[in-house]
Amino acid sequence: MSNGYTLAIRARQVSRRFGDVVALDDFNLDIHSGNVITILGPSGSGKTTALRLMAGFDRPDQGSVEIGGVTVADDETFIPPERRRVGMVFQDYALFPHLNVARNVGYGVPKTARRRRVGETLELVGLTGKESRMPHELSGGEQQRVAIARALAPAPSVIMLDEPFSNLDAALRTRVSAEVAEILRTAGTTAVFVTHDQEEALSTSDFVAVMRAGRVVQAARPSDLYHEPVDEWVAGFLGDADFFNGHAVAGKVTTPVGDFPTDLDGSVRVMIRPESVLLSPSDNGGAVVRQRQFFGHDQLVTVVLRNGLQLRARLGPTPNFEAGDAVTVSVERATAFPAN
Amino acid sequence: MTVVAPPRGTRTERKPSPVRGRAPVALWAMALVAVVPAFAPIAYLVWSVVRAGVTDTGGISAGRLLELFLSTAVLVAAVTITTAVLGTATAWLTTRTDLGGRGLWSTLVTLPLVIPSYVGALAMLGTSGNSGLMTEALRAVGLPGLPVFAGFWAAWGALSLWNFSFVHLLAVPAIRRMDPALEEAARGLGSSRWRTMFTIVLPQLRPALLSGSLLVSLYVLSDFGAVSLLRYETFTRAIYAQFRGRLDVTPALFLSGVLVIVALVLVWAEQRSRGRANLSAAHPTRPPSPVHLRGIPRLTAYGFLSTIVIGALILPLVTLVWWAARGMSLGNTVGSVIPELIRSVSVSGMAAVVTVLAAIPLAILTVRHAGRATRALESITWSAYSLPHLAVGLGFLVLALRFVPALYQTVLLLIIAYVAMFLPQALTSAQIGLRQIGPSIEEASRGLGSGALATLRRITLPLLWPSLLAGGALVFLTVMKELPATLLLRPTGFETLAVRIWSASSELFYTQASVAALVLVAVSAVPLYVLVARDLHD
Repeated sequence: MSNGYTLAIRARQVSRRFGDVVALDDFNLDIHSGNVITILGPSGSGKTTALRLMAGFDRPDQGSVEIGGVTVADDETFIPPERRRVGMVFQDYALFPHLNVARNVGYGVPKTARRRRVGETLELVGLTGKESRMPHELSGGEQQRVAIARALAPAPSVIMLDEPFSNLDAALRTRVSAEVAEILRTAGTTAVFVTHDQEEALSTSDFVAVMRAGRVVQAARPSDLYHEPVDEWVAGFLGDADFFNGHAVAGKVTTPVGDFPTDLDGSVRVMIRPESVLLSPSDNGGAVVRQRQFFGHDQLVTVVLRNGLQLRARLGPTPNFEAGDAVTVSVERATAFPAN
Repeated sequence: MTVVAPPRGTRTERKPSPVRGRAPVALWAMALVAVVPAFAPIAYLVWSVVRAGVTDTGGISAGRLLELFLSTAVLVAAVTITTAVLGTATAWLTTRTDLGGRGLWSTLVTLPLVIPSYVGALAMLGTSGNSGLMTEALRAVGLPGLPVFAGFWAAWGALSLWNFSFVHLLAVPAIRRMDPALEEAARGLGSSRWRTMFTIVLPQLRPALLSGSLLVSLYVLSDFGAVSLLRYETFTRAIYAQFRGRLDVTPALFLSGVLVIVALVLVWAEQRSRGRANLSAAHPTRPPSPVHLRGIPRLTAYGFLSTIVIGALILPLVTLVWWAARGMSLGNTVGSVIPELIRSVSVSGMAAVVTVLAAIPLAILTVRHAGRATRALESITWSAYSLPHLAVGLGFLVLALRFVPALYQTVLLLIIAYVAMFLPQALTSAQIGLRQIGPSIEEASRGLGSGALATLRRITLPLLWPSLLAGGALVFLTVMKELPATLLLRPTGFETLAVRIWSASSELFYTQASVAALVLVAVSAVPLYVLVARDLHD
């Protein structure tokens, strides 16, 4: 996937501990220029620490960080944040409360280019005309866009966003995250998001790096990550999934719900996403509906197979399944992992 | 109006600051320079006791020491118990009953804090005795006059009246935090009102009362003005007498060292008690229904509150005004204290500016680079603030005489001592301001290309300015009414308002003393009360 791209950031074997807590442990990540990537992980997985190390707000105990091919941190080097050309958008926006919008946005720009860059970036984020407002006079969404404009104004090589949407309610989040991703793509900057929200990560990014216990366990395109997770934990973290034991022989794994191609051999675990499961009403089907959760735009139906195993299916809002209905199950897609 | 330990947030905060850059050496150096003056006199005093233990106590016999210890302990115990009772009663009456004007009463019982204890003692002297206000009033109706208030009972009354408000202030939030459901549950189980009070209510108040009592004990132990004017022998009065009466400072130094060691125990206990009080913080789900007081209990409650307010606030102020007016009729004017006022204002102003400047690096270090070492630094700054200022002042005096004689009897030494003693006031204010700013704003500035110093200048200081100003004002107003250290360290003839009040009172010039006292209360204590009133009543 790296053909034609240069590396914007390269982190090698970075570790960082706080007292007894290991925040990063052999953290490795390559970020290609121009990409929007997300570091995704549960709380405590070290993602914010990784971001702060790359931005220069913290030093690694071991390992190295390069930005644009220049080493900014290793055993001998530490380039302070003000000389890294990394734009940062903070979770709480961190707008300077005593400066108006224009002076916030122009803060990091040399005087000669200030007027021009303030105008350009405010236009990019759609806040032209609010130059003289003070931060407390803006709505939460506007404050966030000022924070993004301020980070973009000095034309940094990379812009980093720490949980930028966590202050927004769920209804707004999808829309705003799409808008922000669009702004960043228009600006053409490399962008690194940090989030614990998998839908946000999958929907906004070119690449997603999944972190667990201080290291990157998988970095891939969103769809690859979703369908081909490296292990059961990543699979479960990215979305609903059911798992079965199976046995693979000659490029094929046999499960209670059918046979699937695989290049593994022997005992395996098989992951099935609810979206890959189809149900059709049938009196002599192989399964019985146990529970149905109706969400409006879709429904999640849990069925019990003849051998007692459970499987979930995510279907459109119709037909109406009821507990006790007999159904036939067919699975379109499954992924096998080596059993441990 | 001073608090002995850092506010809760500071001490219990275990979470390190998210900014993990190593603290620059320059910052540490500046913070250490600010802290050394706080540490040196205390260390010197303690060392002088340790040394005296094997050689020379300056002629202080063990019997004399025991005598002083007992007389001080009796006063501390009596005042502490009295203030605990008074403060709990006023707090309970003004928060949990249906008495009229509870908010007003609550303010009135904290207003005695505008009267420094030596001004209170002056008022006591001015109301009693041969020409006192009460004596004149009693004689006017044909009754015999009052004897001069002096000795144990006078000191006990003065220190109780002008300290119980601290207990009130600590007890009110504790009472508000109590869940009324517990009391109702007890009552529902058949417990009487009194039994509920002693088995349910008071145990919940215990951490706050313990904290308040330790605070008051420390103030009584440290008090110099009231006990010396009212002629009750405690450590501080003995130290000053030793210091004035002899060329050799060894006995005074030894007694100060002992006093500091006793006080350190109280400071330590007070700080621990605060940590414990923290644990009991609960959040009641609904406000309690007020206790209905009817008939005799209601009248008793009003009578009690009125007596306290009259005794601690109205009578002293009326006495001072009466004496001041007497002086005016004899040709005294307010103008006679203007030189003292100017000296007080200028020396306090300088102290406030230097203290704020000293507090800035220390605040940055303790907030942005919190760790074990910075916490230790913070405790040291608090100790000079909490310990008896007479003893700390003597420590400064002797250190100056021995090591930097050029500083002896200079305003500069006085200011250094003020900075060392009141640094925590400016520090706390700056720390609160810094916490509100939050590290991400500074990081945002760093990320946008400003270095550490540019960020301090462009972002942190402009945002911190109001907090620094508030801290500076606090220091200014507190220094104005500081007496014991000023008395020891001032250059000869350098009379501030506080010194004038004290010396005029000791020489029985009540008319002069009262004018100075009213001016001091008006320009220092009242603004100080207003400045911190919002926090006090929160």
